[in-house]
Amino acid sequence: MSTVTAPAQAPAPTAPVLPPISLKAPIAYAVVAVLGLVLFGLLGPNGRTSGFAISTRTDVIQVPVFHVPSKLSAALLCLVALALAYLHYRATTTRRRPSPWIAPGYGVAMVLAFLIWAVAGKDSVLPLTGLLAGSLFLALPLVFGALSGLLCERSGVINIAIEGQLLFGAFLAAVVATLTKNAYFGLVAAPVAGVLVASLLVLFAVKYRVDQIIVGVVLNVLVVGLTSYLFSTVLKLNSDTWNAPPGLPVIPIPVLSEIPVIGPVLFRQTALVYLMYVVVAVLQVMVFRSRWGLRLRSVGEHPKAADTVGIKVNRTRVRAVLLGGAVAGLGGAFYTVGNSLAFGKEMTNGGGYIALAAMILGRWRPKGALAAALLFGFANSLQQQLNVIGTAVPSQIMLMTPYVVTIFAVAGVVGKVRAPASEGIPYVK
Amino acid sequence: MRLELRGVTKRFGSLVANDHIDLVVEPGEIHALLGENGAGKSTLMNVLYGLYDADEGEILINGTPVRFGGPGDAMAAGIGMVHQHFMLVPVFTVAENVVLGNEPVRPGGLINLAEARRRVKEISDRFGFDVDPDAMVEDLSVGAQQRVEIIKALSRRAEVVILDEPTAVLTPQETDELIAIMRQLKDAGTSIVFITHKLREVRAVADRITVIRRGKVVGSADPSASQTELASLMVGRAVDLGVHKAPAQPGEATFSVEGLTVLDPNGVTVLDDVTFQVARGEILAVAGVQGNGQTELTEVITGLRHAAAGTVVLDGESLEGRSVREVLAAGVGFVPEDRSTDGLVASFSIAENLVLDQYDRSPYARLGVLRPGVIRENAERRVVEFDVRAGSVEDHASTLSGGNQQKVVLARELSRPLRLLVASQPTRGLDVGSIEFVHTRIVAERDHGTPVILVSTELDEVVALADRILVMYRGRVVGIVPAGTDRDVLGLMMAGVPADEAAIQAAEHHTALGSADHGSAVQEGGEAL
Repeated sequence: MSTVTAPAQAPAPTAPVLPPISLKAPIAYAVVAVLGLVLFGLLGPNGRTSGFAISTRTDVIQVPVFHVPSKLSAALLCLVALALAYLHYRATTTRRRPSPWIAPGYGVAMVLAFLIWAVAGKDSVLPLTGLLAGSLFLALPLVFGALSGLLCERSGVINIAIEGQLLFGAFLAAVVATLTKNAYFGLVAAPVAGVLVASLLVLFAVKYRVDQIIVGVVLNVLVVGLTSYLFSTVLKLNSDTWNAPPGLPVIPIPVLSEIPVIGPVLFRQTALVYLMYVVVAVLQVMVFRSRWGLRLRSVGEHPKAADTVGIKVNRTRVRAVLLGGAVAGLGGAFYTVGNSLAFGKEMTNGGGYIALAAMILGRWRPKGALAAALLFGFANSLQQQLNVIGTAVPSQIMLMTPYVVTIFAVAGVVGKVRAPASEGIPYVK
Repeated sequence: MRLELRGVTKRFGSLVANDHIDLVVEPGEIHALLGENGAGKSTLMNVLYGLYDADEGEILINGTPVRFGGPGDAMAAGIGMVHQHFMLVPVFTVAENVVLGNEPVRPGGLINLAEARRRVKEISDRFGFDVDPDAMVEDLSVGAQQRVEIIKALSRRAEVVILDEPTAVLTPQETDELIAIMRQLKDAGTSIVFITHKLREVRAVADRITVIRRGKVVGSADPSASQTELASLMVGRAVDLGVHKAPAQPGEATFSVEGLTVLDPNGVTVLDDVTFQVARGEILAVAGVQGNGQTELTEVITGLRHAAAGTVVLDGESLEGRSVREVLAAGVGFVPEDRSTDGLVASFSIAENLVLDQYDRSPYARLGVLRPGVIRENAERRVVEFDVRAGSVEDHASTLSGGNQQKVVLARELSRPLRLLVASQPTRGLDVGSIEFVHTRIVAERDHGTPVILVSTELDEVVALADRILVMYRGRVVGIVPAGTDRDVLGLMMAGVPADEAAIQAAEHHTALGSADHGSAVQEGGEAL
């Protein structure tokens, strides 16, 4: 075979082989939009209106309650959603990347259509401001939990123990705030509780190299057991001395809190919320632009490379996990002093796991974690508001909403996001 | 800087990886550390770089003993290392990787990126590297990544740079560039410790050669020493570098691949319209730099991966779309590129590993029940036939050395009648003795009348075994050329240059390795020290 073949140069203009087009997403969008159109629009109640309130009673500038015709508006919104589904379909079939605004736009349209249908003809109006404020409020522990998770995972340690850190933070915050009769002391105690749980995690995960997921789950069970035991044997018997924490006061920020909608939602909050703004902003900058952040990420991506430039891998991981524990513990304060509630058994109710989902959905970035937590918070807040107003949907189904949203949101991004390359792998020289 | 190692000893349990090693690196010299895989070269360098603690011995810099608690200390002392597996974070930019651990910061701990870029630019310009400080490392070619590693070492003012098997991942032309860089560094006064097992490169670039065998320094040599001499010093006995094989007697072409196109899960084309045929009794070597579609090609043939278009035909029967089990049943033998993960089950015994593909049929099983006696007897026969050095056939496969593991894989694949043998990187990481054995068995299988596809990134192996050579680049077949094609031509083809053009270019400019080769005839039989 002395002749040289060079197909790389061959002029034959055969059509390039392309991957098959997956139409799953646009079809799913369209089906849901059509279902919405039928259910909320065509089958919706005739001649009714849906009322929404924007202003709270104390606002300086009052925007009156407004009503929209239920059937027409819901149908229009579903048509908008359907149009977006078509845009997505066209982008997919022509192998272009669909605009990043299609998915959120679609979501907003469908949620609004659902809201209009849900409150149609009710006497009470849906307080939009309350809904949004509630979203932020309920997102609070998820934001802290997700930040904790990303701090740990960016360093290469999986923190499944967020749930336990939240719960123990809630517990200690309640006890300390009750004993000192000061909610702010509770706020100081909560991170300490988180660090305690995190130190156990780090001991087993980094020093003894036990499977991090197993350690995390065991720690969660341990904290549930410990707090439930102390709750039944101490807190419940003498709740006035042990378990009657004062709540954090709401501190309205002058001027800013008077802006319609935004003001009450963002600037009429407790110190814990303001603290959250600070932590998110600081971490967003520090993780991606500081020396500390660069080293933290290098340890989670390629620990050997970090080691060969003189970075102490395990020391970095220990510090990151302890810091993560403190952040999650702080989030735990939400459940007791942040809410003016007494501690109750297993009161975190899986928030730590939802926080993990928020971390993944937020692509291991503080900003993203915040956005994802707000989405879950919104689902939760919506569920609460609709339960108050009363809708056709059974309350048990409504209670599932946040979790269903979580599953769909995380399933939608799985495979598209990249976790730190070395997470969950203990570092051995 | 003068670097000296005195009596360095490193033990792992009962294994002595380094046994009282003495080594002196003079300022501004290129010092080659030559030895087989597993001879202890990398261990020695990891001791020098502070990654391992020596059990005995000392390191002296300019005559003063030093102790390194970690790589940080070694770097501070002016030692830089370019690891065989690059120590770069793939998702960081070049600038971030270069400054990692040594970051210029502004008040508040934020990284001064402008300064980081300037550092990269400065060194990159000085040596003409052409590296973009803002490029993501994972997007760079292997050669460019290596240059980033060198920049990283130089930016820390390294006076001794250790290069650990730096050419393993490079095309011959990239190797040539690396050699030019090494000479440039040397002229700038930097000493280089060059770790390798490739004789040709050592002779092309080294000022002095220290040979290590089984953890001990067994001698030193001049670069003028012949390849045969270096090889026998390295292995400890006379070695035959060539492979003895009769000219191929190709029969009819029984295996063919046509228009094969494969996409990865992200829709990126990894195999692009690949067409070739293999005849009975010939070895078709698939050459190319790692990651140019060779892995995907073997995986499609064996049914591990499915093609988006094209046909795979063996003896008139189509193989594509078949399961792995069906492909094996059709008579395809497969030696995977990573024996430890794909070739063997480490925690199974040698006997079990030898019947992994036939455990469920006669004579190894009856009515769905294994027959341990038969399996054991088979193993004992194969172990003798393939010269597997093992304590007992009931030992775990993980207890074997790399060479013996590979012999187990070969023994399994060659123990049934084959109609096609696909061997991917069959000698990677093996010692010279095992390499000879594996090569002999592959040639024997060819002479038996089996079509053989040999995938190798080692040009030496391709040249030694091939009857025809297919060169791949970015998932495409650059060309199919006869055995005996000039190495420089092959090297250019591995970088995507079509065969005819490569021949013209190679005639105009010989690489350093090529030149060393051409000079070797004269120097053959030169003195060894």
